[in-house]
Amino acid sequence: MRYLQKRPLGGRVYFMNTEEKNDWKKYLIVFFITLFVFVTAFYVSGKMNDKKLEEIRSIEDTISIDILSLETQFDLFEELSCDSITDSILSKELNELASKIEYGEKNFDSLDDELFGLKKYYSLLQIKDFLLMQKASERCKLNIESIIYFYGREECKDCQKQGFVLTDLRQDYPELRVYSLDYYLDLSAIEALKSIYKVDENLPALIINGKTYKGFKSREEIEKIIPELIKIKEKREADAKLEEGKKQDIGSKEE
Amino acid sequence: MKDWLQYFVYGVTFLSMYVQIFFLVTFFEKRKKIEYRKGVIELDEYPTVSVAVPCWNEEKTVEKTMHSLLALDYPKDKLTIVAIDDGSSDNTWGVLQKFKDYPNVKLIKKENGGKHTAVNYAIENSNAEFVSCLDADSYVDPQALKRIITYFQRDPKTMAVAPAILIDKPKTSIQIIQKVEYEWAVFLKKMLALVGGIYVTPGPFSVFRRKVFTDLGLFRKAHNTEDMEIAFRMQKNHYKIDQCNDAFVYTTGPKSVIALYKQRLRWIYGFIMNTIDYRGILLKREYGTFSLLAVPAGFVSIVAVPLLLGLVLYKIINKIILYVAKVRTVGFDFSFGIPNFDSFFISSNAYLFVGLTLYLIVMLTIVIGKRMATGKYRFDIRIIYFMVTFSLIAPFWVLRAIFNAVFAKKTAWR
Repeated sequence: MRYLQKRPLGGRVYFMNTEEKNDWKKYLIVFFITLFVFVTAFYVSGKMNDKKLEEIRSIEDTISIDILSLETQFDLFEELSCDSITDSILSKELNELASKIEYGEKNFDSLDDELFGLKKYYSLLQIKDFLLMQKASERCKLNIESIIYFYGREECKDCQKQGFVLTDLRQDYPELRVYSLDYYLDLSAIEALKSIYKVDENLPALIINGKTYKGFKSREEIEKIIPELIKIKEKREADAKLEEGKKQDIGSKEE
Repeated sequence: MKDWLQYFVYGVTFLSMYVQIFFLVTFFEKRKKIEYRKGVIELDEYPTVSVAVPCWNEEKTVEKTMHSLLALDYPKDKLTIVAIDDGSSDNTWGVLQKFKDYPNVKLIKKENGGKHTAVNYAIENSNAEFVSCLDADSYVDPQALKRIITYFQRDPKTMAVAPAILIDKPKTSIQIIQKVEYEWAVFLKKMLALVGGIYVTPGPFSVFRRKVFTDLGLFRKAHNTEDMEIAFRMQKNHYKIDQCNDAFVYTTGPKSVIALYKQRLRWIYGFIMNTIDYRGILLKREYGTFSLLAVPAGFVSIVAVPLLLGLVLYKIINKIILYVAKVRTVGFDFSFGIPNFDSFFISSNAYLFVGLTLYLIVMLTIVIGKRMATGKYRFDIRIIYFMVTFSLIAPFWVLRAIFNAVFAKKTAWR
């Protein structure tokens, strides 16, 4: 009682009942519960993002090992048995990686340094793969079609459209290797590519068979530039039919 | 999204979550104080009660309202029913004539002057200890009055008691979702009552001590929400308002979206205007939870509801723009097959987690409300239906109410 009388609030003394006295405590408890919910949400989200980055890193490591081992094979044997190359085609994993990095860029809260590092790593792997495939196609007389695609994240108006076209092409022609590089990524290897192929800020830019094409290119235009694509597709479909026929043959024989 | 907008969204979400958790904590703290009585109770003493039934063109529903009042389990000599025809242009007066022979029914016809004038007329012309009002589209449960009176007899400081209002025989889909909403409101009102934060004593069957009106004056014209203004006035004067969660009153919910829109517009507009009128008692410790939490929480929801819809629309429109751009460049993609499922692409967005938690808490409180109203804890798919529909349509009346408040446009009753 004396305690209350000693505490004038604005010149007046408030005699509060016990319920009201505990009020501020409740407000505080509720605040901490709410805070806990938020912190937990951010923590879980952070953990999940870390796991995703980890996944990207592990894919990159796998690709890196593949590339390194193929390179080493080239170095060991002057005449590499060309059969083994088809086994080590990497494009599937590279495509998977591409979509995951793109997702990360769109969805992770801040473009954190780790994702940035992974993106650089990914770009290097793509360039390595490109060089290796060039070497392989020369030696083994393989028809490996590839497109290097330079894009800009924000400054480029047509890049979104170009991205749609390339994704669409890749779906129809899995043999096509698309290497997408961020024009503005601060990486010396990208700078080198830019100067070799004379790529400037006129984006999007495509490098096909050593030639640089500036500005948006539609699907039809690309198919015209690489007529082999249609041939490859036809061959693949013919092969698939043959395969089917064989299977049916075996089936009928077993009967 | 721009940074400041993101912080704003997080801020509003934090406050919304705070309010919901506050209610939930209140429930777990005081759940033992909540009683659910079944069956008939007897009172030691039956004080006199006068119930006003203001009618304005209610020929279709008033008869049922009157019959429900006559069926109240309360001594007839202690209960007076005063039906006031507030200048109806239809046959309301004719319908009311059926009740002229009941000894405890009084029929009054007056010039149209608005709902509050009708109720005030009844209060002034009676000398009952307790006064109440029942809108002519609502019906009381026979046990409602006795249960409410127990609240007054237990605590002499209690000055008004609001009932638990439910939707009467929902037929249209809009009425069905209102049923869910009203059950939720039973919970929210009870929580507010337990911490002294009630800001509306609804037209359907709130009961007042006569002292409220002799001390503080009668109902006033207040932005067509007289039942809110009286509650604000009582809170200003530290008059205790309670809620009796087992006294049921059934009201007719608006049948169409348009009618619902008009009703809610009136409520929210009234809430904003009454808060402006009583801004002096906001955010002051002296006025307790009413001023620190209840009214501010109303404002948080006024901001949060349109913001949430805006956010969802923004996301959807972005997706559509992207899809249209894609179709325009490469045509339709007919390979509808689900792409290889990869856990990598499951969203890990922090805001999504927060939002989901908030929705889960709301769902939990709705289920608790359902228990208070119907005695059963049960999840009902209509809860989701309610949450989705209201998230989509509520922003419209909220925004319109803000617009009206800013540009001083008055709302209509119907």
